[in-house]
Amino acid sequence: MTHANSERVCLDPRFAPPFPQVAEQMLRNPQLRKNVGHAIDVIQTKRGKLVVEKTDWQELRSAASAIRAHALDNLGVYLEEFEARCTAAGGHVHWAADAADARQIILGLLREENATEVIKIKTMTSAEIQLNPFLQAAGVNVYETDLAEIILQLGEGEPSHIVVPALHINRSQVREIFARTMGLNNLSDDPKELTNAARTYLRQKFLTVPTAISGANFLVAETGTVAIVESEGNGRMCLTLPRAMISLVGIEKVLPRFQDLEVMLQLLARSATGERMNPYTSLWSGVTPGDGPQRFHVVLLDNGRSSILAKNKERQTLKCIRCAACMNTCPVYRQTGGHAYGSVYPGPIGAILTPQLMQMKHAQSLPYASSLCGACYEVCPVKINIPEVLLELRSQVVNQERKQAGRFFDLMYLGLRIANLIFATAWGFHAAQRMGRIGLRFFTRKDGWIHSLPSLGAKWTQTRDLRGLPKQTFHQWWAERAKEGK
Amino acid sequence: MRTSLFITCYNDTLFPETGRAVVRLLERLGVTLDFHPRQTCCGQMHANTGFRGEAFSQAKRFVRLYQDAETVVIPSSSCVAMIRDQYPGLFEELGNESLRKDFAALVPRVYELSEFLIDKLGIEDVGATFTHRVVYHASCHGVRALQLGERPYKLMARVRGLDLATLPNVDRCCGFGGTFSVKNAEVSSAMMTAKLQDVLATKAEYCTALDNSCLMHLGGAMHREYAGMKTIHLAQILASTEADSEDNRMEAAL
Repeated sequence: MTHANSERVCLDPRFAPPFPQVAEQMLRNPQLRKNVGHAIDVIQTKRGKLVVEKTDWQELRSAASAIRAHALDNLGVYLEEFEARCTAAGGHVHWAADAADARQIILGLLREENATEVIKIKTMTSAEIQLNPFLQAAGVNVYETDLAEIILQLGEGEPSHIVVPALHINRSQVREIFARTMGLNNLSDDPKELTNAARTYLRQKFLTVPTAISGANFLVAETGTVAIVESEGNGRMCLTLPRAMISLVGIEKVLPRFQDLEVMLQLLARSATGERMNPYTSLWSGVTPGDGPQRFHVVLLDNGRSSILAKNKERQTLKCIRCAACMNTCPVYRQTGGHAYGSVYPGPIGAILTPQLMQMKHAQSLPYASSLCGACYEVCPVKINIPEVLLELRSQVVNQERKQAGRFFDLMYLGLRIANLIFATAWGFHAAQRMGRIGLRFFTRKDGWIHSLPSLGAKWTQTRDLRGLPKQTFHQWWAERAKEGK
Repeated sequence: MRTSLFITCYNDTLFPETGRAVVRLLERLGVTLDFHPRQTCCGQMHANTGFRGEAFSQAKRFVRLYQDAETVVIPSSSCVAMIRDQYPGLFEELGNESLRKDFAALVPRVYELSEFLIDKLGIEDVGATFTHRVVYHASCHGVRALQLGERPYKLMARVRGLDLATLPNVDRCCGFGGTFSVKNAEVSSAMMTAKLQDVLATKAEYCTALDNSCLMHLGGAMHREYAGMKTIHLAQILASTEADSEDNRMEAAL
């Protein structure tokens, strides 16, 4: 049996191959296609039922969108308010400009704790800054405690989804990973047995490792609160047993008021996992003597976010609450899964977030990894107009690339420049139609269809035929008809 | 009622039968038609690929050609969506005040074909006969951008002889996506295969839509695979009548 992650994937956008290249490999993997399709169908069906029962769903979306937009418009104010409240409650707030900065701050805090081991609650932000390999190299053993993250860590795999990171792996593959890495030769693929194996593995970590790292779903400025929603209770364990807790949080995650959680929590679980409420919601503010971690740090991460904030159309990207509804509904993600996106943030939100976090210097293929069908915008609980941002980023990519000398003869660029000249005048358009008819005659079979085209056209004809050009265009027919006096 | 046709670049070049069907249909319903011979393209291909300046020139061209039209009918959902959703941004960024003003005055008079029939003419029964089993592909722009909703179904319900199949996952993209079909040809094809599985399972004879771009993609695959199903723009179904000669019906089905 080939195990789940025999194909190495790169989720560092600086080095990942372009989307179409990885996507093609993924499309050839029947196991992955089946796993992804099945998993998102299950979530989508559950979500659909719960959205319908909320008669105020659209109002909730509007409210959430307004809250997030307001928070971003006043981000500086709310972050400072959060810092002040959190500090007053006994927490420590650190500001990290970029990934390297955040990694150093976290390592420094772990050194202060004399930590050689750390347990983690699932956090995509830590994956964004590639924290685990950094800490391992610095001699700190990192243990993931979220079931999906354990599967990936033990199986040396990469996340393919932001809520269900191991969604591309099925339970027989999980069995193989657990049996191999935990030495459990008689393990079956019964979910109960698999969960028990993870539970036994985890229990010992919870009881012996005194330092934890988390992300956060929300920060609340008004109260200095950090909020984490989860399904398994591993987060609750990490938030109660360890002596020290470090929460790594993107600066965009702040909400103005405690009351705003009411709107967000109704939307988040329904959108993310298709549940009315997630099983565990943990809220904590600073330190409570005698209860939970006694040393608490929040590391606020910028890492490209403030440059997104500065741009009008793109700013809405930061409204995201990481529910993954966009990837669950995306017809592209459904076919490729998450690894093709070459980032820890896959799917439609990843296609707009990743290149922006990379300052548009990497991942330029991602804004094109969409058919612009608009399903993502339709489901987004905070109404991010993802197609609009995709188009904005595409135009930025074009503006970058068209200055490059090598692109001058690139067929797509050449074609679109010529098309623009053609469409500029009726004369040009009609001449191009005549030339096209002559040019394509050579490729058109007796049945009137084109089965094979060279060059860029081959990208079409590799899977589709194309009907040859009809003898008469519509405008010629119209002119002829007018002449005949109809 | 007087209306101007914007037939769009690819319908003019590749699918003139759709334009002819629109003419036959609307004239039968008593509409007087204009066709501006200088029309070319709405700019969607450029806009969706990121060529904003080029898209702007075409958008401006559209407004200047049609600003005096009483109404404009376009038998292509995605081109209408381009005009409604993307022109405002292009004009905001690259246009001047007069262009923005003329566009704002024009855009409420721009109709997709099914909108024009139902909303403007108030007609559901266009007097068509089409005795075939048909499956309707709703198309992303029709469903989400234009929110056509029940309009096409109302029109099809009144076509005599038409046996409408139910399509599962009707709002899911077919994978065409304009230049996406070439830039991401493999993913586009995988999406197409998934859509075709649903479409072919209906055992319909014709797959119809209000957008020939999706149909070019799906129809191209059907032809390649000898799938035994053809694609046909809804205008051609609505134009078909009992009184039509067999020739005309054959043309409608081309």
